[in-house]
Amino acid sequence: MLSNIGNLLLFINIILSISIIYLSFQNLKNTNILISGKIYQCCLLQSTLIITCFLTLVTGFIISDFSLVAVYQNSHSLKPLFYKISGTWGNHEGSLLLWVIILIIFSFLFLHHNKNHPKNYRIYTLIIQNILIIGFLFFILFNSNPFSVILPIPLEGLGLNPILQDPALAIHPPLLYIGFVGSSIYFSAAIASLLTSYSNKLFAQSIKIWVILSWSFQTIGILAGSIWAYYELGWGGFWFWDPVENASLLPWFVMTALMHSLIVLEKRNVLYFWVIILCLLTFILSVTGTFLVRSGILNSVHTFANDPSRGAYILIFLSLMIFGSVLLFFKKFRSNVYNINTNSKETFILINNWFMIFYLVTVLLGTIYPIFTEVLTDQKISVGPPFYNTVIIPIIVLFLFFMSLGPQAKWIKNKFNNLKLIVLILMGSIFINFFITYIFKSYSVLSNLIIISSIFLIISSLKDASELIKSRTMNFSRVISHSAFGFLILFIGLNYIFSLEKDFNLKLGETQKFENYLIKFKELQLKDFKNYKAVIGEFQVNNSKNNSEQLLKPEIRIYNNPDTLTYEAAIRSGFLHDYYITMSNIDRSDYYNIKFQKKPFMIWIWISVIFISFGGFLRLFKR
Amino acid sequence: MKIKIIRFSVFLIIIFIILVFFISLNKDTRYDTKALEGQTITNIRLDHFSKSKFITEKDIKTHNFTLVNFWASWCGPCRDEHPYLLQLNNIKNLNLLGVNFKDNKDNALNFLNEYGNPYDVLAKDESGKQSVNFGIFGIPESILLNKNLVILKKFIGPISENDFRYIKDIVQKK
Repeated sequence: MLSNIGNLLLFINIILSISIIYLSFQNLKNTNILISGKIYQCCLLQSTLIITCFLTLVTGFIISDFSLVAVYQNSHSLKPLFYKISGTWGNHEGSLLLWVIILIIFSFLFLHHNKNHPKNYRIYTLIIQNILIIGFLFFILFNSNPFSVILPIPLEGLGLNPILQDPALAIHPPLLYIGFVGSSIYFSAAIASLLTSYSNKLFAQSIKIWVILSWSFQTIGILAGSIWAYYELGWGGFWFWDPVENASLLPWFVMTALMHSLIVLEKRNVLYFWVIILCLLTFILSVTGTFLVRSGILNSVHTFANDPSRGAYILIFLSLMIFGSVLLFFKKFRSNVYNINTNSKETFILINNWFMIFYLVTVLLGTIYPIFTEVLTDQKISVGPPFYNTVIIPIIVLFLFFMSLGPQAKWIKNKFNNLKLIVLILMGSIFINFFITYIFKSYSVLSNLIIISSIFLIISSLKDASELIKSRTMNFSRVISHSAFGFLILFIGLNYIFSLEKDFNLKLGETQKFENYLIKFKELQLKDFKNYKAVIGEFQVNNSKNNSEQLLKPEIRIYNNPDTLTYEAAIRSGFLHDYYITMSNIDRSDYYNIKFQKKPFMIWIWISVIFISFGGFLRLFKR
Repeated sequence: MKIKIIRFSVFLIIIFIILVFFISLNKDTRYDTKALEGQTITNIRLDHFSKSKFITEKDIKTHNFTLVNFWASWCGPCRDEHPYLLQLNNIKNLNLLGVNFKDNKDNALNFLNEYGNPYDVLAKDESGKQSVNFGIFGIPESILLNKNLVILKKFIGPISENDFRYIKDIVQKK
């Protein structure tokens, strides 16, 4: 029943997309400056139907209709309602449907929102976007159909992977998708702009809010994934340079570059072709990421199933997209001579772009290098944190310095008449740095540089804010995002430098002592929950320095559907630091392996990222 | 001219990258089982399912062929391969060693009561660590060993009709 409704709705959506393309071409021919009402109605209908289609699938998950393969494989009648619903996008098929929804809704909103832009430009955007939509709808319908039926109908589902049963992860895919699928709209707009030679400031204005919107969501989506990794995976870290994490970061770098160079196009009417390259690149990288993740050529928690036909389809689609856009770009490209003063704001924004491209290339290389060595030399290698840390961290210092100076530069040309103040801020940062290292007692050149540069950025942003207040331009989004980025790097740096980690074996009743900590294994319980059993340990952590006492309860969970063992870390988040304990059983012994970590300023890392993205959201309302 | 060269090389790079992606798609990057075949397994030490004793190399050397099958009651595909295992049980010269992988004892017994017990010997691996020595990544997987503990073939996923015939042919040749 649900399967028929779903398939029918998908089919109607394909027809609607084709009609929209047809009507659009018809509309291009006539001289009327308005877009025909029929197209609006089609787009509105398309959005409504795809949402209905998605709700049909959600219903399937809620009522546990196991005749649907997607429900059977990813749900279970005993799952809590919240996870039944989030199970909808916790699998390959359902998440693709979410992908198409965002394509369609963005397509409609873009059409609706840009009424003061030329008709041809809007219509071409609509056509390109609908070609993308058709591509993905075909993929869903013929290769990854969430409405496929299974006969005979199973009595019970296989269950959602327990490590995916987490609130942060339930919202992670939708947020991230708005980010990188949202970038499709400026991919389409960029192509439309090339086709219609709509290449001025107004083009920049038409895509600006979409870039900021997708960037903000992408930021917060990456954060949700990171929080999930920290609380759920139990490795004690928040970023692992896993190929899949990198796949979400790649479009983010380009979006960030794009967001900044768009301002140059808007204000100075230069860098048009560079902006176009970034627009195209963002969505191409998003699809590439999807390809890498879904085809199964990279191994990770996100690889739902290894099915080469899926990968082949996305790859063919991706190739068409790349060749189409590159050919068109080469055809339309005219080299311009830019006159940009070296001391101007434009230069600083370009510097930002080069840094972003540098990060992009580094992370991209690290991510796909193992695939290349395997195909070309048959060697298996993996690129891990040491590579990224060595390449990226020293460059961050430079980047932060430029980021601090950039906002103070003026358009067109600028003299640094406030050189004194800059030196003063720098001195202040160095002083604060020594103060921090004096308290924590740690000395390394790089860590000092990181702290100095991030504080330099924070103070510079604050100064920026004070100037904004003076000039009564109450537009704080840049200040918020920039200073939050400074705080982010500062806290990551402090966290990295001052973490404490201990590994030991304990049995019930024993205690372990090190530095100023005393850890006591107080109790062990077995408890039954709705969909799992848990062995819960109780540990008392005493800090003799400030006489504090904390109780932590790590768990070993035994899930039934599917049968899996997971280790739940006990995390006590505090204002200044987190305590983190994981325990795992050792075979045939009363001893448990305990991993204790103290991680300073964890909460502040999350808060910083929230503020970075908040800056973006704020810009959406202030224009 | 310069622009043409740049354009040409951009295309070459794109084609190269896409080509590599295509090749790697059809490559099974997960793990290579070819390397395992032909190797000899040493240090076998599995817990017996019900008795407190170990199953070692000696138990395998006494038979011409041994099929080590890794299974669990919670594993769906294990049900698919079960009929073939039951048939394999009828073949002479073939010793069927089942390894119950990360399972609950009662569930495992229920499973065997319901579907039948094809195994000549049954071992258990509650922690899943012993199975790693056999190169097991997930279940079901099966390994065909000869008398000299050489791995003749590794079957990933449930045993299919073809796999069944393959095993039958090899075993009955001798």
